[in-house]
Amino acid sequence: MARVIDVTKAGLLELQEYLRMVGKAARALVTRPFYYRDVVEQFEIIGIGSMTVVVLTGLFTGMVLALQSGITLDMFGARSMVGRLVSASMVKELGPVLTALMVAGRVGSGIAAELGSMMVTDQIAALRALGTDPIRKLVLPRVLAGIVMVPLLTCVSVGVGLLGAWIITVTQLKVSSGVYWNSVVGGLYIQDVWMGLIKPFFLGFVIVSIGCHVGLRTRGGTQGVGRATTNAVVASSVAVLVVNFMVTKFLIFLFY
Amino acid sequence: MAVAPQPRPELLDEALAHGGPIVVFDKVTLAFDEKVILDEISFTLRTGHTKVFLGASGAGKSTILRLMLGLLKPDGGRIFVNGQRVDDMTEDRLMAVRADLGMVFQEGALFDSLTVRENVGYKLFEQKVPWDEANRRVEEVLGFVRLAEFIDRKPSELSGGQRRRVAIARAMAAKPRILLYDEPTTGLDPITSITIDEEIIKLRDLEAVSSILVTHQLRDAFYVAEHMAVREGNGVRFERAPAQKANEAEFIMLRDGRIAFEGNASELREAQKHDPYIEAFLS
Repeated sequence: MARVIDVTKAGLLELQEYLRMVGKAARALVTRPFYYRDVVEQFEIIGIGSMTVVVLTGLFTGMVLALQSGITLDMFGARSMVGRLVSASMVKELGPVLTALMVAGRVGSGIAAELGSMMVTDQIAALRALGTDPIRKLVLPRVLAGIVMVPLLTCVSVGVGLLGAWIITVTQLKVSSGVYWNSVVGGLYIQDVWMGLIKPFFLGFVIVSIGCHVGLRTRGGTQGVGRATTNAVVASSVAVLVVNFMVTKFLIFLFY
Repeated sequence: MAVAPQPRPELLDEALAHGGPIVVFDKVTLAFDEKVILDEISFTLRTGHTKVFLGASGAGKSTILRLMLGLLKPDGGRIFVNGQRVDDMTEDRLMAVRADLGMVFQEGALFDSLTVRENVGYKLFEQKVPWDEANRRVEEVLGFVRLAEFIDRKPSELSGGQRRRVAIARAMAAKPRILLYDEPTTGLDPITSITIDEEIIKLRDLEAVSSILVTHQLRDAFYVAEHMAVREGNGVRFERAPAQKANEAEFIMLRDGRIAFEGNASELREAQKHDPYIEAFLS
């Protein structure tokens, strides 16, 4: 029982510290100084740096989706509908979630490791001692980059996924290009597009803010950095799925 | 615009002239969970003087520096830096206080991703000091610690001793009136340690910086306390300080969160004859 209480307390403390960090980052957004250079640098590291992994994920997801749905649709003699199925699942769910999970693995862990190492080598304390607020200098640029770049990466991922599915549909399923693209557009409603565009903002925010929080709470030398990296990936991956569910539920209530 | 110390009100400047109470700890208490780290610690650092904190690992020496910078908040007591009470200050207001404090962290804590130039000039570049002026000051302080040729290297390319000296250069770049050294010679060989000690003495005697030195390297502590720097032509000479000058360096030994000894170097040597703990520490 005592252990349950301890774990609950520790969890609540983490949540409180996380919310405090988010609050401070929000305040830093509307007050001076603002580190433009760091923001641009993070846009490049998080956005351009994640491009390869996101393109590969999108491409192969689209391809395998076309293959699998081709088999299923064949049972109903509806092979020409493959575009409809691929577009609906890529745009609404697979694009945002898989992109977010890949970014969580690549960026979330990187941020936690970087800030964690800075923490255990006293670089964060040195920043504060030199009169710089680490939230402004390190957290805010990363969070902004996450919020802006994850939606863009999602668009790329979905686009490449649809292309991958097109390749398989035309070469393996022998469905014509025109039929495929008509089916892709036909399967999409404007609400689906909104859903696919809105969700990544939340997912990007969650991944990066959790990475920063875990990094800044690192204790215990290099071993602590290793722990922080693992925790960041696990926590942000689970958070991606939970937040995705909650935002989806809210958007369904709002749009449909 | 030349790099100058943080401006202070005239009256405060007068009150904190040589010998004035530039840092004051008044019954400061701090505990982490059940463990008491500092138990009603009081002391005063006077302008231009040196305070040396000795004590075993975990005795709370580094904690005192972090409290002074406002990186930690005490559970009780009051802390004054430069005439301002810092223990109940918000983080935003502390930024102004920190402008007059330079800290040399254990192992240097240099920013890995920046060059030596960017590390040393960090505060100046942040304060938007014109690039030429900031750069000139960076070159000047790197010359002071004799590392001018390493200006475009990354910290990972430097040896342990060089990193500490860059850390000293970074701490002094914005001309703070108070410098805090957290075990600056730990893990270094005796020759490099003396080099670091001499930088500390130079800053104190030639730049009139008040210093707090936290260490458990007794040899370095006594060296800093009992030597002085004198300008000689273009160079600097180090010699044994006369008794009056040596008295400006005060030792505080911490034990179990309390002050076990407070006094100058010769009093510390005398105390070891009567106190087995100090004797064990000094031997």
